[in-house]
Amino acid sequence: MNQTIEISEFRNNTRAWLEANCPTQMRKAMTSDDDTCWGGRKWKFASDAQKLWLERMAERGWTVPTWPKEYGGGGLTGAEAKVLAQEMASLGCRPPVVSFGIWMLGPALLKFGTHEQKLEHLPKIARGEIRWCQGYSEPNAGSDLASLATRADDMGDHFIVNGQKIWTSYADECDWIFCLVRTDTAKKHTGISFVLFDMATPGASTRPIRLISGKSPFCETFFDNVRVEKRNLVGTLDAGWDVAKYLLMHERDIIGAIGEVSSTPSLSETAKSTVGLDALGRLSEFHLRSQIAEFELDEAAFRLTLQRVGDMAKASLAHPAMSSMLKYYGAELNKRRWELMASTGGSDALEWESKRSDQGQTARTWLRTKGNSIEGGTSEVQLNVIAKRILELPGA
Amino acid sequence: MSLILTEEQTMLRDSARDFLADKAPVMQLRQLRDSKDATGFSPDLWKQFAEMGFSGVLVPEEFGGMGLGHVEAGVVMEQIGHQLTCSPFLASSIAAVTTLRHAGTPEQQKTWLSRLASGELIATLAVDEKSKHQPTQISMRADTTASGFTLNGTKTFVLDGHVADLLIVAARSSGEIGDPKGITLFVVDAKASGVEIERTLMVDAHNAARITFKAVQVSTKDVLGRVDAGWATLSAALDCARTAAAAELLGLADEVFQRTVNYLKERKQFGRTIGEFQGLQHRAAELYCELEITRSMVIHAQQQIDANADGASRTVSMAKARAGRTATLAVQEAVQMHGGMGMTDAFEIGFFMKRARVLQELFGDANFHLDQLARQHGY
Repeated sequence: MNQTIEISEFRNNTRAWLEANCPTQMRKAMTSDDDTCWGGRKWKFASDAQKLWLERMAERGWTVPTWPKEYGGGGLTGAEAKVLAQEMASLGCRPPVVSFGIWMLGPALLKFGTHEQKLEHLPKIARGEIRWCQGYSEPNAGSDLASLATRADDMGDHFIVNGQKIWTSYADECDWIFCLVRTDTAKKHTGISFVLFDMATPGASTRPIRLISGKSPFCETFFDNVRVEKRNLVGTLDAGWDVAKYLLMHERDIIGAIGEVSSTPSLSETAKSTVGLDALGRLSEFHLRSQIAEFELDEAAFRLTLQRVGDMAKASLAHPAMSSMLKYYGAELNKRRWELMASTGGSDALEWESKRSDQGQTARTWLRTKGNSIEGGTSEVQLNVIAKRILELPGA
Repeated sequence: MSLILTEEQTMLRDSARDFLADKAPVMQLRQLRDSKDATGFSPDLWKQFAEMGFSGVLVPEEFGGMGLGHVEAGVVMEQIGHQLTCSPFLASSIAAVTTLRHAGTPEQQKTWLSRLASGELIATLAVDEKSKHQPTQISMRADTTASGFTLNGTKTFVLDGHVADLLIVAARSSGEIGDPKGITLFVVDAKASGVEIERTLMVDAHNAARITFKAVQVSTKDVLGRVDAGWATLSAALDCARTAAAAELLGLADEVFQRTVNYLKERKQFGRTIGEFQGLQHRAAELYCELEITRSMVIHAQQQIDANADGASRTVSMAKARAGRTATLAVQEAVQMHGGMGMTDAFEIGFFMKRARVLQELFGDANFHLDQLARQHGY
């Protein structure tokens, strides 16, 4: 009973504070990527309101509500954080800042970091001062990530890092990198360490990658004799793979939820305008009609599954590897959506650089989704995980 | 609403599972088939169904039932799917009971529901007239007489039609074929004069009949609901039956999948267990995803019906379409991965394939329901 009263009091106070402190401009729906605040040393705030909103939220620790207060968090319980999210949603408040630091490095440091590391890095993530990127994949280490070859040589009080990373999202806009490096060349999984360093360190450089869809956030990242202090090793030497696995699970959940995004135009509405309806009110192209109906069915079933797996997790009934199912199916579903969107759009969906196509939005998104089943672990890798861990098939 | 079973529903599932695995395994279906059993199900088992309360799961407590909903009915159906149990549960305890609950007068409900709950009476729903399910196309005639109606026409694919005591028949009292208006539901005694019942042995060795009505006389008090306005009740009852069929398909698919995964771990070729081959692993993993995703849709449809939600019918179409597709895939993969053994009658996998085909067709296949879905979404 006391708990119920406390939480409802918390809700009232939270709502009042948000109403008083969230600038009206930050309560409007986000219309483009530019409305998302990523923070960092190179960040240029889109407006004073964006800056103010971040500062006010960071001051309360509400950019990372469940992190401990001493590390810049809000120290909220899970129930309180849920209330905060609900109240923000009901007022339409934008997230004050989003980042890989919040989603990925933060959880890893909270689990594997030392007190000093947490004190040094977490508050800067919480305040949006330092923007992080992830250095995992390499040209010759994709699905077989543990075969990575970027080396960190032990120089006594520091490491010297040499090698190359690829698919480093936003590397050119980030300040620091969390990076997997080889510290023992004789071993595979047990010869990898997890280190942190500033991208401004001499010897670190980046180059953007252009995808089939046009520009992209991905970069190639090069390390030429980069000095990394020993205090920036997270976890034990040669045990970085455990940290990486922990992080990959977070990443899969994020990418798996891609299929959930509903802001895309409706397939059937688009099809009505491009192919038209017959006298009985059915789409004139019957095969397309069936494909759209099948897609809508599978999409609805997948969304329900996201919810059901969540319900199972709360009841401790979910197999941890079910995230591989969500990643696999979500990615394939999104590819199907955009393949159908391209087909439904006809020649309109082929335009690449016109104002009426919003600079080829459909064509570019169609192409970009082909990467969904590659990034964050390929569909084939997810199926391997399901076969091995859930179905317990031999030798997988 | 949470998409997992409550504690009570889980207990019901466990008791249904233990009971059916013990009393009605696939072996029983084989025996009924091979002995050309005249009843086509075990009356003894049906009696125990009633004692367990299953046959009254959807019947209100005032009529001696359990007064539960379609999640609970689905829990039982799913276990029936696991064992391929032959029983009038779907026809009588679900299709007929929901029709009577939807449109029956207090008098009609009092007369029939308690006897359906106790299992002493078996009822069924007679809808289809052609080989594909098209409920608006009903052409069987109901012509007005001085004291009621005269029924003329033929019904096919009537579940348990050869053992039913009571037939709930959809006939056209007015309107054109294709028109949902003008359909009336009648409760007809299976022994009435002019009712000719031909048992149709089906591929799955479950029970169905073709029934011809030749100038069958019914009185006005045998009308269920209002004259010419039977469509709403028929649709609602069909949706309940479709949801139940989806649950049976899910249970069946789950069972063959488990059996197949076990087989992949046992069977050796080329000096290793065939489950080590990635070609098979990926197919098994894909099937696992299909099953999990279908399960979410099926329980959602059951909950939507229980909540009497707007758009429940659309959800039912989605559940039936997906369950049909998933089960079809599951049985095909099962036979293929069991190799030559999967093709033999001695092995049980074939029984699942046959039942899946019948359930896929029953109350509308995946194509029918995808068409319904598109219509309801306005395209």
